[in-house]
Parts: sequence; C-alpha cells; structure tokens
Amino acid sequence: MSTGARTSWLRELVRKPFFWGLVAIVALLVLNVLKDPNYLAISYDPETGRLVGNVVDILRASAPILMIAVGMSLVIATGGIDLSVGSVMAVSGAVAMVLMKDAGDSGSVLVALGAIGLALLISAVLGAVNGVLVAYVGLQPFISTLIMMLAGRGIAKVITEGQNTSASNEPFRWIANGFLIGLPVVFLLAIAIAIVVGLVVRRSALGLMIEAIGINPKASRMAGIKPNGLLLTVYILSGVLAGVAGIMSVGTVMTVDVSRTGYQMELDAILAVVIGGTSLSGGKFSIGGAVVGGLLIATLDKTIVFLGISSSATPAFKAIVIVVLCLLQSQRVRSWFVQRRKPPRASAAPSAVPSEKPQQKQEVTA
Amino acid sequence: MSEALPIVEMRDISIEFPGVRALDGVDFRLFQGEVHALMGENGAGKSTLIKALTGVYKIDGGSIVVAGQERQLHGTRDAQSAGISTVYQEVNLVTNLTIGENVMLGHEVRGAFGVNWRATHEAATEALARLGLEHLDTHRPLSTLSIAMQQLVAISRAMAIKAKVLILDEPTSSLDAAEVEGLFRVMRTLRDQGVAILFVSHFLDQIYAISDRLTILRNGRYEGEYLTRDLDRHALISKMIGKDLNSLASLGGNRRVDARDYAAEAPLLSAKGLGRRGSIEPTDLDVHRGEVVGFAGLLGSGRTELARLLYGADRADDGEVTLHGKRVDLRAPADGLGKRIAFSTENRRDEGIIGDLTVRENMILAVQAERGWARPIPRKEQDELVDQYIEALNVRPPDPNRLIKNLSGGNQQKVLLGRWLATKPELLILDEPTRGIDVGAKAEIQEAVAQLAEDGVSVVYISSELEEVVRLSERIVVLKDHQKIGEIVNGADVTAQMVVDVIAAHGVEAAERDIIDAEAPHTNDASHPGDAQHTTVPATAATEEES
Repeated sequence: MSTGARTSWLRELVRKPFFWGLVAIVALLVLNVLKDPNYLAISYDPETGRLVGNVVDILRASAPILMIAVGMSLVIATGGIDLSVGSVMAVSGAVAMVLMKDAGDSGSVLVALGAIGLALLISAVLGAVNGVLVAYVGLQPFISTLIMMLAGRGIAKVITEGQNTSASNEPFRWIANGFLIGLPVVFLLAIAIAIVVGLVVRRSALGLMIEAIGINPKASRMAGIKPNGLLLTVYILSGVLAGVAGIMSVGTVMTVDVSRTGYQMELDAILAVVIGGTSLSGGKFSIGGAVVGGLLIATLDKTIVFLGISSSATPAFKAIVIVVLCLLQSQRVRSWFVQRRKPPRASAAPSAVPSEKPQQKQEVTA
Repeated sequence: MSEALPIVEMRDISIEFPGVRALDGVDFRLFQGEVHALMGENGAGKSTLIKALTGVYKIDGGSIVVAGQERQLHGTRDAQSAGISTVYQEVNLVTNLTIGENVMLGHEVRGAFGVNWRATHEAATEALARLGLEHLDTHRPLSTLSIAMQQLVAISRAMAIKAKVLILDEPTSSLDAAEVEGLFRVMRTLRDQGVAILFVSHFLDQIYAISDRLTILRNGRYEGEYLTRDLDRHALISKMIGKDLNSLASLGGNRRVDARDYAAEAPLLSAKGLGRRGSIEPTDLDVHRGEVVGFAGLLGSGRTELARLLYGADRADDGEVTLHGKRVDLRAPADGLGKRIAFSTENRRDEGIIGDLTVRENMILAVQAERGWARPIPRKEQDELVDQYIEALNVRPPDPNRLIKNLSGGNQQKVLLGRWLATKPELLILDEPTRGIDVGAKAEIQEAVAQLAEDGVSVVYISSELEEVVRLSERIVVLKDHQKIGEIVNGADVTAQMVVDVIAAHGVEAAERDIIDAEAPHTNDASHPGDAQHTTVPATAATEEES
C-alpha cells in the first residue's frame, strides 16, 4: 500500500514542470561529489551556531536570484518580460549604501530599516514606471523594461556619483551574512518571501487573472478583467522583489559596485523562470518552478567555480547546461524520444523491475 | 466527369483525439476535373478530414491513395509532393512582397547566380494566366490587391507547384457576390484543366452553383456521396443534421407571439444616436425588461458592432446609453459587466474561451473579475456555481477540471453561456450563440433564452439564422450596411422571408449606394457566418431578383 502511495507521489513529482530542474541540480551536485567526495559534507560550528558547507553556500548565494525569479515569473505569466531587474538591484543597493554611509551610525537598526525602506520604495517607483509604460502607454514590455535597464544603471551611478560605495551597518549586514537556526538568514528570508508571494497569488484570484490575461488578453478583457491595474501591480511587485535582491546582494560585501551589482541578473532570472516550466509566451506559471530554477542557477554558478572552469569558459558551460535542460523539457524533443523508444520498450518492459515500471513510463511519456 | 480511377481515395479513415473520435471510418474520393463539396455541420469532421489529406493530422486508421499510390502523409510537404495543395480560409501570403514573389515563394526559378528574378516573374505571370489573371502586374506589392484578389493569387500559388488536387477551405466566407463569381470562374477554369477541387462552404447556394458532387459527414461519420444535381436542398440539410426539416422546425415551439405592450413601460436600456465611425451609424434602440430583441442582418451589417457598443467592448464615439433611466458610460467590458450587461461573443476562440484554463476557471472568470482579485470566490461557492451550470446547460463531459480547449465547440459555447449567466445579467447579449452547435444543443440554448426572458432578463439575440431570430424575438431590429433600417414587431404572420424582404427592399432603394459599397474593401473581420441551413444567404439572390 505504502509503495503505491509513494509511486503516485513520485509520479506527481515527475509530472511537475520543474522536475528536470531538480534532476539537473542533483546531477550537478553528483558532479561535484565526483570531484570531491566530501562536497556535500555539512558541519556544525557550535561556537557560532552555524551550519558550514558548500550546500549552505549555495543556498546563501541563491537568495537574490530567487527573489527576481519569483517576480519575473509573474511578469512573464502576463505575457511580458522585465529586463530591468538587474539595474533595479543596483539602484536599490546604491540607495541603501549611500543612505547608510551618510547616516554613519553603524549599529543602528533604525538606519538599516530606513535604508531598506527607501531602497524598496525607489524600486517600487521604478517598477511602477515600467508598469505604466506597459499597461497605460501600451509600449512593448521588452522595450519599456529595456529603457529602464539602461536608465536604472545610470540612476545608480548618479546616486553614488559613480563611485563604489561602502558603508558599515551591523543589522543590515546581518540580513546577508547572519544565521538563524543554523541557516543563512538571507535564504530563509528569500524562501519566506517566495512563500508569501505564492500564497497571496494563489489564495487570491490574482494568479487566475494573471494567467487569463497571459493566455488570451482579448478574451480576458471581454470577461471583464481590467488588465491595466493587474499589469501595474505585477511590474511594481517585480521592482520591489528586485529591490530586495539588491539589498541581499550588496549586504554580503557591504559595498555597491554600480557596474557589477545585479549585472546580467535579468538573464539568470529569465532562465530560472523558463527552467521552472513557465512558458515565455505567458499563461500558466509556477512560483515553485521559479524557486527550483533559481536554485539551479545558483548551484550552476558555484559548480563552475568549484570545478575550476576558467572564467572565460563560464558562459559557454552555463549555456550548455541550460540548452540540455530546455531540450529535455521540450515537448517536441520528448515526443521524438518516445517514438524512438517505442519498439524496444515493448520487449524490454517484462524484464524491468515491476515497481519501477510506472515511473519509467512516466519519464518517457510525461 | 468520368468514372475513371479517383485521383484521391480515402478509405475508412479514423482519427482520434484524446477522448473524442473525430473521424470514424470515413470514405472520401475525389475525381479529376470535378468540384467536390464536403458538407456537414460545424464539428462534423470536415476540417479534420482535410487536415488528414494535407498531412497535418496523422490518421489512426484507414488508407489514403493518391493517384493510385498509397501514401503516408507526414506533414504538408508530403501532401504537396503528392500534388495536393491547400488554400486556407485566411489567406496566408506575405502582403509586403510582390504578387510574383508570392506566387513563386519557395519555388523561385534558380539560375547560375541564385534566383533568376526575371524568369521567376515570367513563371508567375504564366501561373496567373492559367487562372485568367494575366492582367495582374507581378511586380506590384500584394497589399495593393483586395482580399478577394489575394485569394486568387493564393490559388495560383497553390497551382504553381502543378497541383492535381486543390483544397479550398471556406474560400468565400469574406467575399461579396461579384468576388465569389470571380472565384467560381477561376474554379471552373481549373476544373476544365482537369484539376480536382475539394470545396468547403457554408453557403448552400454556392454549393449548388459550383459543385458537381458532394460528400456529407455527420458527427465524424460518412453519411453518403451524391451527385449535387440529384440531391435537393431539403434532402441535403436533412442528411447533414440527421433529422428531417419538419422535426427541426417544431423544435423551437417556444415562439413568443404573445408580445406584451412595451410602449407603456420605461425601457431597461435605451440608446440614442449610438454609433461608432466606420462600424455602425448612429442608432436608436430600446430594450425592455424581459424582452427578447433580435438583431437581423447579414454578416457585416453592423449587428455585432452595435452589440459591442452596448457592452462597452468598443467605445461609442457618438450618442448615449441610458440604463434604468440613468446615463451610463461604457468604456470597457468591465463597465458593461458592472451594469449587469453580459455579452457573449460570436468569436468564441479569440474573444471567448481562455483555452489553457479549466472549465471551472473559465466559468467563474467574469464573476471573479467583477469582484476583483482580492476577493476570491471560495472553492465551495465555485463548485456550486460550476456544477449548477454544467448541469443546467448539459456540458459534456461534465468535468469542471478539464481544459476548455479540449471541449467541442458546442460545449465551449455552453461553458461561456454559463459564465455570463453566473453574473446574473439584466441584459444578456448573445451574438451567434448557436453557431456550430448540434441541433439538440441549439434547442437547449433557445429554450434557455426563452426561460431567461420569462424570468425578467432582457436578451439581445443575434443570429445568422433568421428562422431562429424570428422564433425567439418579440421585436426584430433589421440592420444593413452599418445602419438600422427598420424594426419588425413579431407576430404570428412574421416569417424569416419577411425579414429577408425588408433587407432586400432596402437594397433596391439604396441600390446605387450599394454599388459603391461593394467596391469599397470590406472591413469585416468577423469569421464565417453560421451553418447555412435556412436563410443565411438569400440576400444576394434576393437583391439580384429585385434589380
């Protein structure tokens, strides 16, 4: 009985759009273990109360990507795209750093909260500009957010006067580098925010409406959905989440480098969303998928460093992993796969272990 | 027509989609030098059969023999190399290339240095000449031609590859009478050259004008093959719908002749001079509580355009609408919905269903949109709502969690009707609600409309089938050429023919203007008219008789 329950659970998992993302994460970890058998080892440091290990590092590094991937998945679900998230990260980081530098007081919680609040407010405004351009002016999302991507970095440079800006503030630093119940605060925070966003979107009718306008904007309008407010909300949310990512990102080193912070992160976010099974043409989305995608990107980044792949070959390696993943997810490629496998499967099936059979079948046909 | 070997012979063709058997043992044969009409109601399997022949769908059973050779068609390329060419409903050409480039696209004449454009244009002219179109300058951009001429170019493109079989899937749906005649001339020319033509049209007049033979499908099954001249219209319609006409006429016995005297009542909705440039001239209209008002008119007469203004789907640039005596501003569908007006579109696929959502989600969407995203409908309430309408409207299969795109057209329509009924409208506008629905579902929907009116809901009913409009409406608004040309108070002596006469008579008065109109390009993006069963077409014929 219990095996039946387990297989159906497995079957459910296999059917999830982000299943291959999970497989890829495991595969990358295995690759690392092959290089160093102790890769997965996690030790507990009783003095600081921290868990220490490569996996913990991956989790910590994944936080900013998770944030922008969650925002991006909603934007993409509406049939849009947000190219400005990387730049908004830089703006958010710049605002926070400059404010804390000017405030000076390195122990003040109030200063940290002020810096976070202002950074998020500005991020929301930038997101709102995107939203207005897309929803009310009717510009293409690609163009609107491309403008913001270029403008954002400019704004960040103006705020910092073009300098890398450092500040010291312990409470702020704790967000990015602190630990809680043994885990990085920044990761717990990211997961918590992703869960909250997921709950709000799925428990309200927001998710349904976002999907509806992503699948068929005309029909959605005829059904009485007002797309403008929804689009504005989604772009503001994406901006705010990018702001959170910016804070997490600069908090690690307590320095904002306006030309490096968040650089090309929009591409990572888009990839994370695609890996998570959300179609770029809009419609059905999966926050869980975006989280898996974000974790995969973080794992990939760390693996590249760990394997010692030269920095010049990094993009190529990344590209290969992602292309393979996209191919595995592609309906067409899978149907080829099924056709190829069909004749031998009939003869091979009896020899297969019975309990594995349904699962194997799913992998091929799902 | 010789009884020689058929150029195409499809035997015992079966095609299955998940949960449906779209074609079940269908036979079809096509001879050289004939125009063969494929007949059937929407959903009978016509398109599926065509897609099997053009290699778009893989057949699950049966065989396809082309020119004596059995073929496995995997994709349109296979079909083309077998000599089968298709011209689809929507012209698929590249409008910003020249006529010649379009004709020869993919088959350009190649010389030593790439494409030899001079030879290509010569070949294009030759291909056009085969259709009697040698007067076209192949160097002009395609966009300078009318849609009808573009269609002829599309046919000559199909013929440029020396096709032996030409498939024309509803080529006449957006053409006027003169353009249809032009198309028929070309078809006859090709037929005389020995080309086998498979023709699909919803217009019975056209079927009798052009086809030599016809095959009838019903519910995915082969119903029979006949010489067109041997089968009269009544017999044809009966075979298409599987019932004889008399039983069909008795289906909607709910005709409302006991019209109340509405003059004394204040109207629920009143439009004064409501219009929108280019789509409908300023129009006055009253709709009373519990009244069924029919809009009668041909496709493109402005009936849909007027309805869209009443809902807010389009914005009026003239006139005003009052509801319960108060002026309302309808700028968007959400405004109409908020005022308890619902509009069921004729364009189900593009403006109705949201394909990748479930039946449940599609049904609750309008109610949810009205409440706003922050107030989700609790699951229990959703279930009640959805179950209620699935049962009341007899949606098949009765599974709320199925994606709506996997339902048949008729059932999609029922789900959409459920969506609008769930909003508890005071005014329900139904644009072609029975198009492409089987007879049983049609009667069900008509009964539902009559019942709604009994319950005090006002209904605006638009249909290409005038019989249906006459049967249901208490008052019929007649539209033609983007304006309202009259109103008929329904009574026992009113028939569909009278409505046709009103339209035709108006045509005589405005005959001169009509000629000008006919030359202007049609700005009509609506899709094909409904099942040509009763009186969808006679307007063109009637106008010709009168003049």
